[in-house]
Formats: sequence, C-alpha cells, structure tokens
Amino acid sequence: MAEYEPIIGMEVHVELQTRSKMFCSCEVAFGGEPNTRCCPVCLGLPGSLPVINERAVEYMARAALALNCTIPPQCIFHRKNYYYPDLPKNYQISQYDFPLGVNGWVEILAGGKPKRIAIRRVHMEEDTGKLLHVAGNRSYVDYNRSGVPLMEIVTQNPPPEGLDQIESAEEAREYLQRLRQILLYLGVSDVKMEEGSMRCEPNVSVRLKGHSEFGVKTEIKNLNSFRSVYLGIDYEIKRQIRILEQNGEVVQETRRWDDERGVTVPMRSKEFEQEYRYFPDPDLVPLKFTEEWIEKLRSELPELPMAKLKRFMSDYGLAQADAEVLIDSPELAEFYDTCAASYKDPKTVANWLTTELLRLLNASGKKLNETRLTPAHVCGLLELVDAGTINRNTAKAVFEEMFNTGKSAAEIVRQKGLEQVSDEAAIESVVNRVLEANPNEVKRYRAGEVKLLSWFVGQVMRETKGKANPATVNKLLREKLES
Amino acid sequence: MSDRLCNLTIHEIHELLRKKQVSAREIAESFIRRIEEVDPRVRAFITTTPDYALKQAEAVDQAISRGEAIGPLAGVPAAIKDNMCTRGIFTTCASKILYNYKPIYDATVVERLYMAGATLVGKTNLDEFAMGSSTENSGFFVTRNPWNLDTVPGGSSGGSAAAVAADECAFALGSDTGGSIRQPASFCGVVGMKPTYGRVSRYGLVAFASSLDQIGPITKDVTDCAIVLNAICGKDRRDSTSLDVPVPDFTQSLRADVKGLKIGVPKEFFGFGTDPDVQAAVRKAVDLLTELGAHAEETSMPSVEYGLAVYYIIAPAECSSNLARYDGVRYGLRVAPDSGTVTRQTRGSKSSIVSMFERTREQGFGAEVKQRIMIGTYALSAGYYDAYYLKAQKVRTLLRRDFDKAFEKYDILVTPTSPTVAFGIGERADDPYAMKLADICTIPANLAGIPGISVPCGFKNGLPIGLQIMAKALDEETLIRAAFTYEQHTEYHRKKPQL
Repeated sequence: MAEYEPIIGMEVHVELQTRSKMFCSCEVAFGGEPNTRCCPVCLGLPGSLPVINERAVEYMARAALALNCTIPPQCIFHRKNYYYPDLPKNYQISQYDFPLGVNGWVEILAGGKPKRIAIRRVHMEEDTGKLLHVAGNRSYVDYNRSGVPLMEIVTQNPPPEGLDQIESAEEAREYLQRLRQILLYLGVSDVKMEEGSMRCEPNVSVRLKGHSEFGVKTEIKNLNSFRSVYLGIDYEIKRQIRILEQNGEVVQETRRWDDERGVTVPMRSKEFEQEYRYFPDPDLVPLKFTEEWIEKLRSELPELPMAKLKRFMSDYGLAQADAEVLIDSPELAEFYDTCAASYKDPKTVANWLTTELLRLLNASGKKLNETRLTPAHVCGLLELVDAGTINRNTAKAVFEEMFNTGKSAAEIVRQKGLEQVSDEAAIESVVNRVLEANPNEVKRYRAGEVKLLSWFVGQVMRETKGKANPATVNKLLREKLES
Repeated sequence: MSDRLCNLTIHEIHELLRKKQVSAREIAESFIRRIEEVDPRVRAFITTTPDYALKQAEAVDQAISRGEAIGPLAGVPAAIKDNMCTRGIFTTCASKILYNYKPIYDATVVERLYMAGATLVGKTNLDEFAMGSSTENSGFFVTRNPWNLDTVPGGSSGGSAAAVAADECAFALGSDTGGSIRQPASFCGVVGMKPTYGRVSRYGLVAFASSLDQIGPITKDVTDCAIVLNAICGKDRRDSTSLDVPVPDFTQSLRADVKGLKIGVPKEFFGFGTDPDVQAAVRKAVDLLTELGAHAEETSMPSVEYGLAVYYIIAPAECSSNLARYDGVRYGLRVAPDSGTVTRQTRGSKSSIVSMFERTREQGFGAEVKQRIMIGTYALSAGYYDAYYLKAQKVRTLLRRDFDKAFEKYDILVTPTSPTVAFGIGERADDPYAMKLADICTIPANLAGIPGISVPCGFKNGLPIGLQIMAKALDEETLIRAAFTYEQHTEYHRKKPQL
C-alpha cells in the first residue's frame, strides 16, 4: 500500500495584552458588558480615524524578533475588505505585502529531535467583534473585542533551505506549545486558547511520500485547545488518506472540528477565492523602523524557552522531562534558575520544585507569584536537610509551611522545634526504651523476622516526634538487635 | 444697522463685537432671519440650528460682558457642510442612508470652531457623500446658486458656498476631494481654499477618498479665509495623516505685495474647452498681478491631462472601501431583508444578513454613489488592481513631480478654477463626462496634496468666474498674499447677488 505524508500549515492569531486597542484608546480586557469598551474608532463610526498603538507595534516587533524574523525597515497597513456584521467598517485593517516580520522560524523538538519550523510572516491587524446568536433567529453584536491588537503568525510551506515544515499532528501541537511559551516569556499575551487569545486555524493536506507537489488542502476551524488541535489535525489527516486510498478526491474547503463527536464537518466550500481587495490604508502612514530601534528591542529580549530548556539540561544536568516542566512557565523557570544557581545540587532542587511545589500550586490553585515562597527559602530548606538539621519527611512539611506563610525554613524549624536529633546518646536511650518495651518483637526479629526493623524505626520516630536522624536510628537498632 | 449684519465679513463682525456696538445675539439673529428669508429659495441647508447658535452667542455675550478678550471668530455664525460630525446634530452627508444619523462626537474642526467661539447656524447641503460637482446629487434636494436660482451652486460643497454667497452665514466649512471647495466657491463668487493635505485634521470628516479629502474655509474675502485657517489648522493626534508642522499666523500674510513673485500659467489648464470669457478673465487677473510687480510666464505641465483619469480610479477605489460601513447594522437606514432568506447561508440560499446589506445599500445610496462604488470595487479587484489602482498611483506620482518641478521655477500657479461659470440645473445631468469636466482644473491640486484657492475674478452673464491660485505644499502664506493682493485691487468680491 502507498505511503502518505501530511503537510500542515499553521495560521495562528494571538491577541496582545496591551492596555489599549490597536487603533484607539479603548481598554483591552476579556469579557465585560457588551459594547461597553468601544469608541467611535473601534465602532467604525463615520468620520473616525485609526491611530496606531505604538506599544502594540513594539510588542509585535519583539515577538517577530523572538520568532527569528527579519523586520523590514518599513511596514504598511492594508485594508482587507469583506462584509460581515462583526466587522464595523466592513474592512479589517491588516497587513498584506509589507508585514512587520518575515522569514523566521520556531524550534520544536519532534521526538526529542530539534526541528526548525519555517515562519513566512508575522503581521499586525485588528480583531473583530463577536456575534451572539440567540433563539428566535436573532443575532446581536458585541464590539468590545473590535480593534484589539491581533498578531497573525503564518508558517511557510514548503520551507526554505535549512528549515522544516510541520508533518504530523503531534508536531503541530508541539509547534503551538512552543509558540505559546515564547509569547508568554515575552509577556505580550496571556495566550489562552480557551478564551480565544490564541486561535489556530491549521490547513492540512496529504500527498504520496516522496512527491513534491502539495495535495488539496482543507482548513480546520473551531480548535479551542491544544488537545483539539492535535485531534482535529490527526482526524483530518486520516480522513484525507482514506479518501485518497479509495481513489476519491479531497475537496478544498473549510471544515469545523466537532469536539464532542471527534470529527471534522464541512463548513463552507472555498470553490472560489475570497476577494478581499487589499489596498494600502490611506488613513495610516507607513511605519518606519530604524536599525537602532530593532537592535534595542533585540537586546532586550529575555532568554527564550528553548534556550532555557537546553541550558537547564546541559548546565544543570536535568532530564528533558524535568526541564520541560520547569521552563513551561517563565516564573517557574526563573525561580528554579535562581535556586539552582545558589544551591550545590540543581537536580535535587528540580525534584523539589517539580514535585512539592507543583503539587502545592495545583492544590491551592495559586500562581507562583501569588505565593510568598522565595528561592532563598527553598535553598535554605535543602541546606537544613543537608546539614542533618531536619530529615526529608520533616522538610516536606516545612516546605508546605513556607509555601503558605512565607516564613523561612530555619524560622519554621526553630519555632516548631523540628530540629533533627542526631545525638547518638539521646537516640540510644529512646532505642533502649523501645526494645525494652517490646520483648516479643525483639525475639521475633532475632528469630529471623528482619523486616520488623522498619517497625522498630517507626516506633523510635514516633517517640522522637519524627525528629530523630533516620540513619542513626537504623544504625543503633541494627547494632542492638544483632548484638 | 442690525438689519444688514448678515452682509458683514468675519473681520467686520469682530470689530463691531469688540467695540460692543452689537451683541453676538444680534449677529446670530440677523443670520437666522436671513436664513428664514432666503433659504426657502436657495436651499443651502439640510439642517438649521438657530437655537444652538443663540445659545452659543449667549456664551460669547457673557464673556464680553465679563470683560474677556474675544478671538476673531467669537460670535461669528458658521455653516458646516453636512459631512462633518456634529455631536447630537444630524450629519447626513446628504444621503438617505444616514438620514437619521446623529454623531456622538464632534469633528476636530467643529471642536476648534466652537473653541474659537464661532456659532453654528446649520449644516449645509452637498452632493451625496461629497460625490459630484453641482449639489444635484444630494439625496434630499438641489441647492440653487444665489446669483441665478436656475443654475447650480457647484459642488460638492454647494450648500456651503451658496450659504456664504447668500449671506446666510459669515463663513462656512467645506471639504475638497477634487475641487469641492474651490469649484462651488468659483460658481458662487466667494473665496474657497483647500489647504495642503494634512494641514487640517480629517477626524470627524466623513470619508469619501481619504488620501484626497481636505477641509477648508469658504469665506467672503481672503482676510476671512486667513482667520478661519488660523482656527482650524494644526496637528491632531487623532488623524495620523495630519501634519506635525508649525502653523503660521496666516493673517500676517495679508499684505498687498507681489513684487518679484514668480507666476507660472500652465497652458494645459486652459484646454478642456475652457470658456473664452473665463480664459480672458483669468489672463486679465494675471496681467493685473504683473502690473503689481509679479513676473508671469506661460508654462506646461503635461501630466495634468491625466488628472481626471487618475482621480476617477483613486477616489472611487477609496470610496468603495470607506462607504462599506453603511450596511444597516449599526446606524442609519436599515431595510429589512427579503422574505424567504435564511439566518445562516447554505448552498443556494441567501442569508438574511446579506439581503439586509443589499437592500439597505440599494435603497440608501443614490446612483452616483453606487456608480463610484462599483468602479472602485472593480479597480481594486484581484487581476485589475495593477492595471488600474497601482497604475493610477504611479501617474499620481508623476503628476506630483510635475508640480515639484513647476514650483522650482514659480512661487504660484494661476489657472481658472473651473472651465465655465455655473451651468443650469439639470443641464449636465445626462452627461457625466461634462459634469466631471467642471473639476478638471481643481483635481490636480488634490492629487499633488498642494494648497489651492479660488477667488472671484469676473462675471459672465451675471455669474461669477473663479481664479485659482496654487502654491507648493505648506505654502498657504504665499497663496494668501497673492490672493489678498489681487483682491485689494479688484471689486468682484464685494458684489452681492440679488435675492
């Protein structure tokens, strides 16, 4: 049977988290009473004119640079003309042949192997309003979202020399997640697929392996989570292969992902190309960028997630899985970085953060920056463990206490008297007491029931309220039971 | 005296107010009475706002009684073309599609006039969305030329020019996309200026062709023109295309002195079947300026011949997009969809929303507007864009260069404003080409973005002739000086129509 390979193009829209909209000073915020965050400009009232939000341009330029794009010295806004009630001017201010960024790439790890996915362009535009269809065939429009700065990021198929394209649903999801991480690190968007601040419209085609011509592609809409992106694309690939295997023809169309049924269904046929009649918006002047401005933005870019991932693996000796967990949010990565830099064993810190900290964050529903935990506190705790002041079990309790109260480990240990008892004489007296009180168990142990050792340890720990150094307890018990 | 207050210019009114010889209220009342008296015949106004004007006049009188110094426009009655947004006051663009539209904000120019203390007596008629040269394309009614009620006032700012000529306001604002201030000013025997593109904010001017539209004053003389310019020019952060350049005091240019001024007279502007009497009047004006010390010579600007063709690609292209927003969804006219349409479009059926768009626009727009939307849509379509829109932009660049070259040699260019005097109502209705020829001398300045002024320079059969003077970008000062000098040595601007 012939082998097919899928080619996936990704068109991603990201809403920026600027304070005001792309072309007016209305507030950008999710939700709100319908039509309360609008003005003559974002309502497209007669006579109103757009003014470019420089902050939004800066945000998008930073994103373009982080996606390894070139920023041409000039960019131009075009009008994209089409009629739709959520579009107040019946044209969208967008970009066409002079976008903000071109020829970039995003590095992904495809099964651990690095791949550079080619990006054709990054451009700026304004978001549309939202339609609300209610029972009784009525529709309402909410223009709160109208004019929110939107960034469009488009991949390039086929990729130029040296770069790659997306070739599976898994890679598509990976690409999207890497993109999300980068934008989170830049702080330009909250990148929430569920709230629509990141929207993805992939197009999928399949072809016989080894062929260079593309097959007929379909576009998938209504993918509202990373999971649905994966499932939708995977379904679409299989559907197209099935059609081709039965000598059928794939129809070029837009399909809607039905999350409940797990299938894509036709939305509207794209038999004729939409006619957008792009032309330069005469209400706006071309944006010109100096080399200095671009270089300044470039120099201000933070370390990006993929670089961080690699550094955590090489410098701190972390496994990819642990490093991934730590870099997923910039706050956690920075927290870890600070700990790892000042504590001798970065792997141990990684373990504590990926287990204890994440458990506490999940359980509390808090974000890291909402807790009072500091890297110094975490390192202080680990140093107490290393010094034998407290044991691991006590340390877990102290960690939780630190997480909740913001106190240092030393303070908690001191206040609660949790210091580990390593003094052999003190432990020995407890051990003696335990052995004397349990002659039967001593007999059974000496008769060969050695697994009772841990029971004895438990008794000693209970007597010492968990503070006894477990290693010393073990040693003394063994000595006495086996003498 | 208070009977004929409406005859006065801005600077005359200001003198009377300053000397407390009249009150702003008396001024306003005089114009309101004049409107009641003549507007049923002239029909310059779509909306009159007498109560509003009186309220504004009241505030000016209070300021005067408090002993405050008043600016040159304080208490001066203005008319504003009905395509500039006035908060809470109908702004219809003379289109059925906006018949009921009241903006929620004031255009920047309106704000500036209010700040200067001007009073608003009404909103003037125009060709629908400023598309036309006679005001016959108004979706409501035709405005008459005060000099002869059977002729057109020109257009598209025909209402504004007629209102000034008929003394229904002391001055008016017009907008000029291809001559819409200068040509009606010429037809109505008043002064009209289109400033440099970007001099005056377009914020609140309902867009026709954004890269050409510019607001400017229509006044009774050049002095008034300078006074109004002072009030409305200047950078506006709400309009990205408004220029961030210093605004001179234009009244400083009101000097009768053209000694050494170099005048170019481009011969192409005398083609296009220009009326010999118009040609003679313009040449006589050039002779007068020469006598006063200017040097004039004939020159040639070949690319000007393509102005009309370029204009009728670029303007409709921009208009097709600018006017897309009138769809019945948010404001203005809404016509219910055809019965039998469905909520969601499926194969072979029409959705009710598309039907609503179509019916609203079908019934809301007049024939001229529809034609331009069609032309513009076509010119921007894939496959035609390069041949039309892009080519037109290239020719526009050539035309700009021709002007640049001319202004290396000359300080000003002098031409007729329009090839003829006002024509009869209905006379050119069936001849769209003849109609569009009326703008052939004015369009090049819009394409080049340079300032142009029309001042009265004679009469033919009792109808005014206009003299157009153009200067390089941002050189309104030379324009004003030349026009003022000419005006000081002629009497045409003092003539009034008999109504």
